[in-house]
Amino acid sequence: MSTAQHGLRSAPGVVWNRMRRAASGIRWYLTTLMGDRAYETYLAHQRAHHPDAPVPTERQFWRDRMREQDRNPGARCC
Amino acid sequence: MASSRESRRGADALVQDPALPPVAVPEAELQRESRMTLPKIVLWAAIALLGAVAWTMLAIVRGETVNAIWFVFAAVCTYLIGYRFYSKVIERYITRPDDRRATPAETKQDGKDYVPTDRRVLYGHHFAAIAGAGPLVGPVLAAQMGFLPGTIWIIVGVVLAGAVQDYTVLFFSMRRGGRSIGQMARDVLGKVGGTAAIIASLLIMIIIVAILALVVVNALGESPWGVFSVAMTIPIALFMGLYLRFLRPGRITEVSLIGFVLLIAAIAGGGAVAATEWGQAIFHLDRTTIAWAIIVYGFIAAVLPVWLLLAPRDYLSTFMKIGVIVMLAGAIVLVRPEIEVPAFTEFAETGLGPVFSGTLFPFLFVTIACGALSGFHALISSGTTPKLVEKERQTRFIGYGGMLMESFVAIMALVAAISIDQGIYFAMNSPAALTGGRVEGAVAFVNSLGLTGVNLTPDMLTSTAAAVGEETVVSRTGGAPTLALGLAHIMQQIGGGTAMMGFWYHFAIMFEALFILTAVDAGTRVARFMLQDSIGAWMPKFRDISWRPGVWICTGIMVAGWGYILILGVTDPLGGINTFFPLFGIANQLLAAIALAVVFAIVAKRGPSYVRWLWIIALPLAFTAVITITASMYKIFSPVPAIGYWANNAKYRAAQAAGDGSLGEPEVVEAVIRNTAVQGTLSIVFVVLTIVVIAVAIISAVNSIRRGVTDDGEDEPVPSRIYAPSGLIASKAERALEAQWQEHDAATGTVRSRGAH
Repeated sequence: MSTAQHGLRSAPGVVWNRMRRAASGIRWYLTTLMGDRAYETYLAHQRAHHPDAPVPTERQFWRDRMREQDRNPGARCC
Repeated sequence: MASSRESRRGADALVQDPALPPVAVPEAELQRESRMTLPKIVLWAAIALLGAVAWTMLAIVRGETVNAIWFVFAAVCTYLIGYRFYSKVIERYITRPDDRRATPAETKQDGKDYVPTDRRVLYGHHFAAIAGAGPLVGPVLAAQMGFLPGTIWIIVGVVLAGAVQDYTVLFFSMRRGGRSIGQMARDVLGKVGGTAAIIASLLIMIIIVAILALVVVNALGESPWGVFSVAMTIPIALFMGLYLRFLRPGRITEVSLIGFVLLIAAIAGGGAVAATEWGQAIFHLDRTTIAWAIIVYGFIAAVLPVWLLLAPRDYLSTFMKIGVIVMLAGAIVLVRPEIEVPAFTEFAETGLGPVFSGTLFPFLFVTIACGALSGFHALISSGTTPKLVEKERQTRFIGYGGMLMESFVAIMALVAAISIDQGIYFAMNSPAALTGGRVEGAVAFVNSLGLTGVNLTPDMLTSTAAAVGEETVVSRTGGAPTLALGLAHIMQQIGGGTAMMGFWYHFAIMFEALFILTAVDAGTRVARFMLQDSIGAWMPKFRDISWRPGVWICTGIMVAGWGYILILGVTDPLGGINTFFPLFGIANQLLAAIALAVVFAIVAKRGPSYVRWLWIIALPLAFTAVITITASMYKIFSPVPAIGYWANNAKYRAAQAAGDGSLGEPEVVEAVIRNTAVQGTLSIVFVVLTIVVIAVAIISAVNSIRRGVTDDGEDEPVPSRIYAPSGLIASKAERALEAQWQEHDAATGTVRSRGAH
């Protein structure tokens, strides 16, 4: 256990950690940009502002969201 | 009396909650940060110097060839200077953001549409929404005048016009809870101006969808490989839609990766399919058939639920967009192609170029719309993005900075297109009416243009077509195939060599088709929505979006509108792109004029201290007004048949009346008469609407200035309770504030979730 921790502080460990941090940063950016975290964000919002309101399942959340887009189309640019 | 609080509507009453760390960097600190220190002066002098050298290489030295890297340096250095200096002037004197004020994302926060979003994510999001096929097409067509006019307009235009529009529209929409440009026009310009603005946007939507569809049709005609791979995007998108709906909801990145792999497989497989007999039999289609297929597709796609087709394809196109742009930028820097196209060609002056007709002024400025100034962005900047902005000061980075990135895309498209042989460029972009659609005809025509350094041989055309897996490259107008060839030419130098030309070419075609089909579908939906809303004023039932007959009728009307123009374009005996593309540019710049007119009226209402700086908005407004109105006037009144729609109409009418067969068969003559009448009428409608909107805006502004109005009608300020840095990289003071907030959150146990949309 302690050797493993020590190992992470060695040079290859530092590089490895940095690479992992960079990879998780890219992953965070891409998934947030694409919208994967929309449900998480909504849950966090509901928990913070309306803790007593019923929470939809992820499936239901996406269905509602798509229905909303059907009603309110947004333009794409040329 | 009101001058101290002009247009801040009691912003001084913004009292911050003392229990929270500061929500804004103090004014004094901001000023200290923007003060020039010696290292900063050295840095900016170096950037300016590099930019100046690059511009000198492009504009003055112009040796036999110019290296593409100079385009990159000229663009990036100019953008940096424009962003650091000009956008700051706009921030200080026009928008005047105040981080003590809460944004709509904060005040109306609902976790769905209004979400304070990380600025870097929102930048990508906004960029993906504004960038489409436009900046990839216009610059390619404009290359017929040489590389320099287009380069200057794209780079200078974005700094002084395009980015100014995007930034100010985003900012003022944000100050109005995310109101759309149409709503703002109604609020600011009243009934007449507002109605004209809405009719104009509806017509523009139809024109833009039609011309974009025409670009796809021209790229796919007689191309079984292209038809197969683009057709495959439909089952791929359907699969992605079902996957997200029933298998793994919300796993968008995952399904986009799967879709991307399938897409690559479809492109790679397309070559094999096109080589088979059955592949030829099914996917070898003429342009009229493809046009009808797109019309039918457009109707079905616009009435299907969003989750099934539109949303998944949108994910795929966002994914591709960012990937391909990074790839192309990297490739241009790595390959650094030598450009042999001259800085200017004679067509800039004579206006008789085969790609599109008209002289440099004003037609260059309507041909390159997206990339320098795009009115369509006003719809995006006033739509989703303002509802997601976390802090007011971030709008400069997102709005101004986002548009700079689109301009960079346009420059790269230009570089890719001019890196191919000039003779091949003209053979691809001259309409079949001039080349006869055949190799020999194209060779004879292009060589007869008398361009220096152009010596086209039949072998060049046939070997190029063979390399990219097409039957022919002659008269593949519309810009997309030229860009695809340029991209293939650059990419094969990095990986795969000429064996991979066909793959890269069809990759680029697919990439553009993907954007365009999404724009067709989304544009039809938005236009239908606007129509439903307008008809709903008399027949309320039409406003009910779940009433299917209403949806079908309105979708049908809109599809018929753009479909009609598309068919006219495809069957146009004179070409199609060359005659219709100016309308696309005029329409887009017209929307820019409307958006800037709205901004102009708003700024004039903000108060006397803003009026001195009104020229910042007046400059691009006047420019776009002059170019759209002049271009429209040429199109309506020019006596030269190649330029004036009505002059051409009269010429063919006279031939018809005289029974003169020298202009073509009677059907051809009739088609030209009909097409020029449609084009001429649209030109008149556009120019009248523009003049109405601009006149109303100027009257409104003059009245506001005379009466000394200090209230531009924005929402009441609400104190903010969150903090985030403003630019891409947080400054020292911003980092210190962020640390304070982290400490505060840790101490109070606050968990923040930002960034998703």
